[in-house]
Amino acid sequence: MSARDEILARVRGATADIATTPGDRGPVAVVEEASPGVAETLILFGENVADYRAQVVRVGPSGVAAAVGQALREHGCRTVVVPDGLDPAWRAAAQEVARVLSGTEATTHLARDTVDAVVTASAVGVATTGTIILDHRADQGRRELTLVPDTHVCVIRADQVVHDVPEAVARLRPGPDGAWPLTWISGPSATSDIELQRVEGVHGPRTLVVVLVEGPEA
Amino acid sequence: MTATTPGPLQETSPIFVGMPKFPQAARTALANTQQRRNLRHATHTIRDKRARVVAEVPEWEALRVAGAQAKDEALTHLGDYLEQLEASLTANGATVHWARDAAEANRIVLDIVRSKEVDEVVKVKSMVTQEIELNEALEAAGIHAWETDLAELIVQLGHDRPSHILVPAIHRNRSEIRDIFRREMGTVGRAAPDDLTDDPARLAEAARLHLREKFLRAKVGVSGANFAVADTGTLVVVESEGNGRMCLTLPETLISVVGIEKVIPSWEDLSPMLQLLPRSSTGERMNPYTTMWTGVHEGDGPQEVHVVLLDNGRSHVLADRVGRQALRCIRCSACLNVCPVYERTGGHAYGSVYPGPIGAVLNPQLRGTASPVDRSLPYASSLCGACFDACPVRINIPELLVELRGRVVDEAGPSAESAAMRAAAWVLSDPRRLAGAQRAATTAGRLVGSRTIRSVPGLGAWTNARDVPTPPTETFRQWWARERGTETP
Repeated sequence: MSARDEILARVRGATADIATTPGDRGPVAVVEEASPGVAETLILFGENVADYRAQVVRVGPSGVAAAVGQALREHGCRTVVVPDGLDPAWRAAAQEVARVLSGTEATTHLARDTVDAVVTASAVGVATTGTIILDHRADQGRRELTLVPDTHVCVIRADQVVHDVPEAVARLRPGPDGAWPLTWISGPSATSDIELQRVEGVHGPRTLVVVLVEGPEA
Repeated sequence: MTATTPGPLQETSPIFVGMPKFPQAARTALANTQQRRNLRHATHTIRDKRARVVAEVPEWEALRVAGAQAKDEALTHLGDYLEQLEASLTANGATVHWARDAAEANRIVLDIVRSKEVDEVVKVKSMVTQEIELNEALEAAGIHAWETDLAELIVQLGHDRPSHILVPAIHRNRSEIRDIFRREMGTVGRAAPDDLTDDPARLAEAARLHLREKFLRAKVGVSGANFAVADTGTLVVVESEGNGRMCLTLPETLISVVGIEKVIPSWEDLSPMLQLLPRSSTGERMNPYTTMWTGVHEGDGPQEVHVVLLDNGRSHVLADRVGRQALRCIRCSACLNVCPVYERTGGHAYGSVYPGPIGAVLNPQLRGTASPVDRSLPYASSLCGACFDACPVRINIPELLVELRGRVVDEAGPSAESAAMRAAAWVLSDPRRLAGAQRAATTAGRLVGSRTIRSVPGLGAWTNARDVPTPPTETFRQWWARERGTETP
């Protein structure tokens, strides 16, 4: 018997006492943490992101490009990678401050670890946990872009911020067009492995700047 | 009710064969004052953080119930959900392998690695690959398995064993870690800087530099998975440092070893899991990084994705109607941090990669109770119940411990204790026998007088830490008759 068939036979023998069939439990129990209101959700999101010592910049729709440029300047970034689908205005803002590489150009530079920063959009934000979720579509780029550089400037629109984890999970369910890889980011890379003392920046970006875009056009 | 058929037990892995029983190993651990200080600090810090972030969630108990239900749904219909998981993974371009035991899983991984003609892999921290001792199997075949989690790196470079599920190097302090890095890093890659101090930030920086060349060079990554979603074929790894993202993204080939109990039925079941796990584990609202991947993603990350589904004793545990709840465990380690026994003994005394209260119930179920350590583990507890309260998926660990104690006693057959208990039952079940026994005891009491009984022959184990109460010179019934005459008590 193949290992597959043997394991499945073992598992069925071990659960022979179960009379129900899969799905009899009904819909999955979702435990929500209700939002007191849209404004409160955005405030909580900002607070929780900042609580991880990520930097939060709140701007109107016309202020995004300037905020991106400002963040790159502040952190002394000279070489910046941007995903191919990034908003051209944000890309132009990066170009004023640094040498900009497209996602496809960046491969060798990433391998040599010579890229300072990355600028991306995002997919979903979660207020109760202060989390940014990337689904790595064209405006966020493939996963390695946001992994190797030391600074990550991430732009999120107010309408992308949900209140709790169940809402985020519901928005991200893989659709008929296939599944995207997901990266959930809650603050910069951190470790507490040495005497439980928190140290930020082990392998991922050590600096995370979140640009939160609010306003009518957002 | 239909009887269940248990699968085979897990074979004790080479590292843990011949481990002494828990009290013996615990005595050695207790003598290590540095370790006890580290453990006390660690467990108290994490449990306080956990309590704060759990208190933020108004419906925590409802979440625990939802988490337990999700795992129970998967476990009680595991055959169906495993088949669904396999189909979803395959449809998304992953290759699924099945491993009956540790040896088979190691062989599968080794064959894939060999086919890539490489002599090294980078690893994400994973309990299951420790369970099967994959690193040792790879090293024996001449393949270096680089642990990339900071604590696992400390343990690996120190030729040591992990002592905690979440923070495996918690038994080491900063100066020990500095010495290990100085001594060992240069022998396996980029050396630690000459002026390395014991500042945790400097130590983490040294690890970052040491590991970066390995990440950027590695062709094969090896991971476990925290969750495997049956209806979408998505695997999930939660972590803090970013080493997981490196290993899951940069190599061309990714091999994930996944215990069959890691499956959850549907995408929506991720909600309670992601609400429960980080708060219970590190005491954070959310861990810094979570990666979810669904087979192969074209142009992004590993283009060859393997998943090894492992039994290794799990189908044995699953057959036990009470014991199967232990398979809900999501390896958060909250039970370790609240356990008064673990806090004092540390993880090594449990003789397994799964220490603490969950280890005390999981190991004797996975491996059986043939070895001294597995027989002693159900007793490595004061039954205070703190572990049950802390468990995010409501595993009733005290109930399981009592159940397992019963099993250990039954298997051991008649003993002095069981003979004494049977004799006591015979005496207590008849008032005349009880009165006779009490009269005999008062005779002994008059003989002993006011002296203290420090030991009784044949009761060495009991009396080496306790005095035996001096028998009274009069029974309660005799006292009543003397004081109250003919009134019936």
